[in-house]
Amino acid sequence: MFHKEKSIQLKNSASALYNNLSVLRIAPRRLTYFTVVHANVVNMVSTSWDGLNYSHRQLQSKEPNVATSTSLIMQAAFCALPSRDLLVVSSQKGIQMYESDGSIMVYWHALDTPEAPTAHAVFARGISAVSDNYICVGVSSGAVLVFDVPSKGSNITLSEVLEEHKEAITDIASECSGSQEFLANLVTADDGGNMCVWKSGEEFQLLNKIPGLDMTCSSVKLWKGTVLAGYGTGQIRLYEAVTGILHAEVNAHARWIYSLDIAPFSGLLLSAAEDSFVRVWHLSITPETNSVEIAHLHNECVTDTQICGAKFCDGDGYAFAVTGYDLSEIIRYVQS
Amino acid sequence: MFSKSFMDELLKPQQLYSHRTMKTVLTRLAHSSIMRLNPASMDRLYELMIMAFKYQVLLSPRPRDLLLISYNHLDAARAFVRDTPAVLNQVDETHRKIIEVYSRLSDGEFQLLRQTLLTFLQDVHTRVSVFLKNQIQNPSGRFVLMTSGPVPAGVDVPGLIRTFDPRGREVGRSEFPPGGTYSGSVGEGSFELSGDRVLRLGQNLQFWFCLVLVEPCGPFSVLQLDRTNPLAKEELNLLARLMGCMKAGSVPAAAPRFRISLFPSDPEEEEEGGAPAEQAAIFQVINIQAVQDEEAASALARIAGQFTDEEAELENPSGSKGDDLLAMMDDL
Repeated sequence: MFHKEKSIQLKNSASALYNNLSVLRIAPRRLTYFTVVHANVVNMVSTSWDGLNYSHRQLQSKEPNVATSTSLIMQAAFCALPSRDLLVVSSQKGIQMYESDGSIMVYWHALDTPEAPTAHAVFARGISAVSDNYICVGVSSGAVLVFDVPSKGSNITLSEVLEEHKEAITDIASECSGSQEFLANLVTADDGGNMCVWKSGEEFQLLNKIPGLDMTCSSVKLWKGTVLAGYGTGQIRLYEAVTGILHAEVNAHARWIYSLDIAPFSGLLLSAAEDSFVRVWHLSITPETNSVEIAHLHNECVTDTQICGAKFCDGDGYAFAVTGYDLSEIIRYVQS
Repeated sequence: MFSKSFMDELLKPQQLYSHRTMKTVLTRLAHSSIMRLNPASMDRLYELMIMAFKYQVLLSPRPRDLLLISYNHLDAARAFVRDTPAVLNQVDETHRKIIEVYSRLSDGEFQLLRQTLLTFLQDVHTRVSVFLKNQIQNPSGRFVLMTSGPVPAGVDVPGLIRTFDPRGREVGRSEFPPGGTYSGSVGEGSFELSGDRVLRLGQNLQFWFCLVLVEPCGPFSVLQLDRTNPLAKEELNLLARLMGCMKAGSVPAAAPRFRISLFPSDPEEEEEGGAPAEQAAIFQVINIQAVQDEEAASALARIAGQFTDEEAELENPSGSKGDDLLAMMDDL
């Protein structure tokens, strides 16, 4: 169903972090950007669709005015808003937002870091754009920061802080079907597997809480009103977002899941875990009849690698890319 | 090493050490016995330790199992010092302290801890002969990750899809090929002060380095050792005697005939000339792998126990804030 294509070489290896791959497709310029985090550096690669041109850039996590301060990066993700695309980088020190090519930093938000190290780590993790003008970023305290992003310029402001989670945020996702018909358009997940379902707006509204069973939810997606959650136990669960009804449960992987992704036009789901496997599934969701089905399609095994990132490269799921801990390449697969 | 103040300092929340700091700490620990390593050998020992550590962190089935691996280490240390109540007490205290500090971490927090350790261990691919031989590591330097075997405790064997109706009743079940051959979990180990840890990672015998012991044979050995410091010769003699390789009571008038080579390509071996093949012909080389040779390993264990004996009680300096771990070690 899929076959391996030529890998993209990285300047250094991927770190073991959840969702450690982000992809942005720029159709007008026939380019695709990839970002992979290595410790305190974001590796960016820009590739032309004809496969002939590659260019690399590295971004360091640094406070703007402190030359030598660095901190470990937890996640780097592209946020595609109707008016602009931004690259958001979350680290132990704070949150940075760049133009999507990484050329200019447009915003910096510092986290309250204590003077001396404490028993609980402080960091930002979990990044998603939602509706027309918001970017949400999670924090280790459980708070979710909501930033209001104007259509251009650097006048980004912190609009709201959502405080429902008690444990560190792991991942955040927005409704990606493209349809406006769904009430809920944001889901946030934490270290205890608890999930909150929201409706965005000037004031975000909490629609539902789905309790975790003390199993970390490391990656989450929201598609056609259905939450898809990947857990440390290797399970994938499908919930109806606003009611919390469990539709399906898959014993998908033998180890901790690190990444989930959806191709919204075709309903393909990608799951990747420390067990070296990437799996492709097909989702059929009919909200009218409340029917949700998941079927397994394909496996890829990346030998001797704990996978940390897996993303579709396009909305149909024609191609996907994979990163692994200690691996200095992005492995690509294309439908046969 | 297990003294209260050292452990208290170690268990304070702190940032990750750099490789340079870590190497300094481990160098001082290594030299707290009669063993002396030249910089090249210390570098090799450090790489070995890092790779053994990386193996355990990477292959830990669940992040929380890092604790079980640590408890395996402590169980082994306990066995070394069981005849010395004072030190045994320190090990128990250390174990209790670790239980107190780490038991309350959630699985997600353990995974963060593990991810941070993996960042420290990233990009190190030194090939270790005992790992290569046991097919734990590939020639490329990467560790082998099996896609078969028992799943970790709390994880279900992959392959099942279940669907439910709105009332939570199962309405459908199907299977998919998981690609690997998995079996059910073998159960969770004990996180108490003592108990069956179940997990074998971190057990003593697996992680001793390969020893090459040279047997006495002919006058050539005398020539080799003449160049060394006489005190070093005596120390090596002592070590060899402790290992039980020399007959008790034999005090050779001639220089001792042992050289212990810890690493296959010891620079000193090369210096002393003769192609490796020649050397092998002159000396009988016995390969002792701790994994297979119980006797040597337990003899080594006895030696290590004797070293621990000699450590003085650590005086608590002033207990002032900001005591550097390294300063602490100066007193060891």
